[in-house]
Amino acid sequence: MSRFLLTRVAGLVIILAVASVAIYGSMLLAPGDPATLLVGGGKPPNPELIASIHREYHLDDPFAVRYWRWLTGVLQGDFGPSLAYRDSVNHLLAERISNTLTLVGYASAIILLVGITLGTAGALRGGRFETSATAISAGAMAVPTFVIGALLAYVFGVRLSWFAPSGSGSGISGAFRYLTLPAVALAFSWIGYVAQITRTSVRAELRSEHVETADSRGIPRPGVIRRHVLRNASGPIFAVSGIAIAGLTATTAVVEKAFGISGIGALLVDAAAKQDLATVQAISLIMVASFVVLNTLVDLVTALLDPRVLKGRPS
Amino acid sequence: MSSPLLSLEGLGLELRVDGSYRSVIHQVDLTVGRGEAVGLVGESGSGKSLTARSVLRLLPPGARLRGDIRFDGMPVPQSGSSALRTFRSTEIAMIFQDPRAHINPVRSIGDFLTEGLVTTRGLPRRQAEAKVVALLQEVGVADAARRMRQHPHELSGGLLQRVMIAAALAAEPKLLLADEPTTALDVTTQAEVMAIIDEARAERGLAMLFITHDLELAAAVCDRIAVMYAGSVVEDLPAGALHDRSAHPYTRALLASRPSIGERGGSLRAIPGRPLSAFEVGAGCAFAPRCSRAQETCRTQRPSLSPAGKGSAACLFPGSEAPSV
Repeated sequence: MSRFLLTRVAGLVIILAVASVAIYGSMLLAPGDPATLLVGGGKPPNPELIASIHREYHLDDPFAVRYWRWLTGVLQGDFGPSLAYRDSVNHLLAERISNTLTLVGYASAIILLVGITLGTAGALRGGRFETSATAISAGAMAVPTFVIGALLAYVFGVRLSWFAPSGSGSGISGAFRYLTLPAVALAFSWIGYVAQITRTSVRAELRSEHVETADSRGIPRPGVIRRHVLRNASGPIFAVSGIAIAGLTATTAVVEKAFGISGIGALLVDAAAKQDLATVQAISLIMVASFVVLNTLVDLVTALLDPRVLKGRPS
Repeated sequence: MSSPLLSLEGLGLELRVDGSYRSVIHQVDLTVGRGEAVGLVGESGSGKSLTARSVLRLLPPGARLRGDIRFDGMPVPQSGSSALRTFRSTEIAMIFQDPRAHINPVRSIGDFLTEGLVTTRGLPRRQAEAKVVALLQEVGVADAARRMRQHPHELSGGLLQRVMIAAALAAEPKLLLADEPTTALDVTTQAEVMAIIDEARAERGLAMLFITHDLELAAAVCDRIAVMYAGSVVEDLPAGALHDRSAHPYTRALLASRPSIGERGGSLRAIPGRPLSAFEVGAGCAFAPRCSRAQETCRTQRPSLSPAGKGSAACLFPGSEAPSV
């Protein structure tokens, strides 16, 4: 187990290191001079002013030196200054990250609850119920997030006024009022994935031979379902749920923009439009990191759920 | 002899395949007395495994069962779901062919062994564990306490089959249903596992329905042999009479087609034609197309089990002389 853990953590560190180089490097390939942003549009830029900005922000240093300075800052928790916002990136993030975390957490809860329930019920009930559960989840998978977002905002926000169509509030009631529609929109297509995987893996376990053994021993049905069907199906269900939740960190930008939520996803879009390199780099790195960390967690839990993953089967 | 422990009368089974029903068992008449071992022998697809599963009503959804199954006086086809669960957990234990598939891979051996005792008998976990550890030792599993904490993938096939046997014995059943318990094992392990089953049975006076395609093995461990062909029992006779007194041409042909260690050089004598599936059987005798003794009436009239030789055979022209295959 400890060896497994060690290789996974080492892999994680390597991926993050490579990602940080790629993120930092690709931003430098973007056209345009960040210094011109500070000077402002309209007038032709004053070469001396540009040169002084370049000196102040070390824009002329070699790539390795700049990368190293950035990386040491990041490792100490300092993402540097944002040129476009004239603020520290840390401050920009701190104001917004809790909104994003709440939104992603809310959406994750919806995905797990609805997806697993729908999939399990479909597989256990069978017949028409299963057919319609499959159709619903296949439909959910096909709807793009921005479409369902607009639809939800119009129906439940504007027409029915059950929830706020946009903006953000504080506290639990605020989260419920302002974040329910975005969370549903964010969760929607992933619910389909989780429901489908849950349904097929529960179905496969229901037909498996070890379940026949349990039935042959007269174990009551609920016990068979819980200890043999759901327990054994939990590996793939957990894996796809983990990927779904990791994927939310990327799609959250769309939903935050659509519902006017001040989160880091919306900040990423704005910062990219303003060519604010430091902010884009910071958020990209955070997203990659959360994706990789979540995936590693999924691997660990999968290994804990199925003892065969760690030790390998005998030949 | 008093009433048998298990009796199957006119058992038939249809399964739903692509929306229509297909007959997989035509006519099985079979009894197992208390403490008796009966071998149910037949080719793959002859319906022997489904016969065993019918006894426990361990059938796929939509299966249609015909005829009567009585266990210790209880009519199995009519019992409700809670009576059926009690029946499964106390009266009969099944040993499956492939222990690696039939034991939950993600739960520990201890979990598997004690599950029945804890959930259906309400035995405290400690007590159940002590009981199954003793059983593991009885079936020749060394280091039983450590094995309890391991998972199936850490045990060899032979060890796992012993675990399956111990689990079956833990329920203290009256009848063992052994569905080819040694087919998935290598030859030396097979002998050991059979010896373990034999010993445990003798000690407890357990009855057994032993399903196999190995005539010789069945003859060696059973009191009586029932031979199945295309969904029907075609012959039922004492194990000792198998070699010299079997009356059904199919049984004779099976015996003749087996290689023997004694004679060398001769080519194997296969039964001509191919085995029929139960649903393909027409009006006459299912074996008629392959039978060297078949007459015109064999193709139109289906024989039922009637006394022949030392047992009974479903054949219009039974006889113990070797057929000219």
